[in-house]
Amino acid sequence: MSVLEIARLTFLEARMRKMLWAILLLGAAFLILYAIGFHLIYADIRERMPGGVARLLEPTNFFVMAGLYAINFLVVMLAVLTSVDTIAGEIASGTIQTIVTKPLRRWQVVVGKWLGLALMLSVFTVVMCAALLLIVKLDAGYMPNNPVAAIGLIVLEGLVVLTLSILGGTRLSTLTNGVVVFMLYGLAFIAGWIEQIGSVLRSDAAVNVGIVVSLIMPSEAMWKRAAYLMQPPFLRELGFSATPFGAASAPSEAMVVYAVLYTVIALAVAVRWFGRRDL
Amino acid sequence: MLIETNNLRKTFGDTVAVDSLTLSVGAGEVFGFLGPNGAGKTTTVKMLLGLVAPTAGEARLLDHRPGDPAIMGRVGFLPEQFRFPAWLTAADFLDVHGRLYGLPAAERRARIPRLLERVGLADRARSKLGEYSKGMMQRVGLAQALLNDPALVFLDEPTSGLDPLGRREVRDLIHELRAAGVTVFLNSHFLSEVEVTCDRVAIVKRGRVVRIGTLAELTRQTTEVEIRAAGLSPELVAGLASWGQVGKWQIADNKLQEAGDNPQVAETENSIRNTQYAIRNDDVVRLTLTVANEDVLPEIADYLVQGGARVYTLAPQRISLEDLFMRVMEEEG
Repeated sequence: MSVLEIARLTFLEARMRKMLWAILLLGAAFLILYAIGFHLIYADIRERMPGGVARLLEPTNFFVMAGLYAINFLVVMLAVLTSVDTIAGEIASGTIQTIVTKPLRRWQVVVGKWLGLALMLSVFTVVMCAALLLIVKLDAGYMPNNPVAAIGLIVLEGLVVLTLSILGGTRLSTLTNGVVVFMLYGLAFIAGWIEQIGSVLRSDAAVNVGIVVSLIMPSEAMWKRAAYLMQPPFLRELGFSATPFGAASAPSEAMVVYAVLYTVIALAVAVRWFGRRDL
Repeated sequence: MLIETNNLRKTFGDTVAVDSLTLSVGAGEVFGFLGPNGAGKTTTVKMLLGLVAPTAGEARLLDHRPGDPAIMGRVGFLPEQFRFPAWLTAADFLDVHGRLYGLPAAERRARIPRLLERVGLADRARSKLGEYSKGMMQRVGLAQALLNDPALVFLDEPTSGLDPLGRREVRDLIHELRAAGVTVFLNSHFLSEVEVTCDRVAIVKRGRVVRIGTLAELTRQTTEVEIRAAGLSPELVAGLASWGQVGKWQIADNKLQEAGDNPQVAETENSIRNTQYAIRNDDVVRLTLTVANEDVLPEIADYLVQGGARVYTLAPQRISLEDLFMRVMEEEG
């Protein structure tokens, strides 16, 4: 019950601070812009590219991936920005003192905040990805492979980043926490590239560097797997998949399981750290 | 006992914030925890509420460990430093905290307007807290602390930021809580506030309780006695030192002359000996003597009379809490 109250309070805060409206309005603006852009570009491509080549290269897939990649990036940003201050800021302001002295346990505060933010982030991710796929489907009649699994992986990426940010908030100041999470995301991003290029060049060492960094921060690996699942197989065979929005090699299913475990353990550690710290 | 601590200690690195704190607070008491800034008052409250873990020792709150959810529904708390969410209205803020207390909706609807009325914010119930002044924020914090109709309330510097009228209202509120049988743990460095509201007081300095007791007990521990007598010789005055510390004295030409009428004043009994003004037999000397307690007054009266003094006044002066506090702060270095 207390967990749901804290989750409700987190949602209320997002609504009252107009964050929710900003996300909804700007999310809608993003989709409108994407729809206009996609419609214009797709029409142009259809005119210029012979039908056979267009079907072979599936430029539509490229634009879908580009759109989803942008959403994926927004999800990561939102995961950090909505959570980076939620515990650290309340500790700094003393607000947390009046909350944890209520008849509830500290773990309920952490889990409640996580739940509220995770629900908002997940709904945002699903709605944005589904709307983008719908735009493409309506305009071009195209739907990439494995859309549900891919959206699930993008949701998981957001949850990984969100949980890490909440974990950091139990020990670090808001600013330091934000810097740490963004830097870790940056590491995972560049390691993802090293892994992809290593895969194309058949460099096991480069691939291993990417895997090791993914173990430290498994966010980018989720996108890479989502991209891999959505791409037509022949693009990979043609060597056209190592684009900024694609994936030449897929992180394994084990990495997905690892990301889930990583999230659960990070949340458990956050609960433990918050439960033991002086406020 | 609603609060019990046994050798409670908290250190932050090499800094000792609270040291060997042993105290108990009974039901219905208004207990004042008095000390200068940085004395460890807030850390103590935080340990009692489970916000801070003690380094050593034990604390019990309503016979449970501090912070136990089983009892926190009966505890109210106004923190010293807080910033309530600026985006909530006062009514919404109290509703959120009412929910966290687990109060049913009907109860929240009944209590919240009543409490806002009580703290003088009824007409600002729908204003965002971000528009509140510090004093108004303090009031809504008080309402939050009383929302659950608590058996025990911790008020950490409750009048901080309030104007004189607001301070008076907080004092009245504490009196009301006492009348309702609510136990109040009042952290404050406002001596007058503690003096008029508290049944018992602990004076804390550098993390240690240096005095504890009722106001009467504390002020009786050191009693200042005003002596006005004629026929005092310097030797007789010096002999008073065996009961306590001789303070300022003054000598007047007229035996009933008041202090302001051009008296000669010396600071100690040594200066009585060295003064250029000889004490004549008719001179009325007024001096103060700080003794351990009032029980020694008959002995002093006997001593003075048998020494040939004519005693006009031998009156114990009740020292204020402020005097005691300042003395304690100086005594303990």
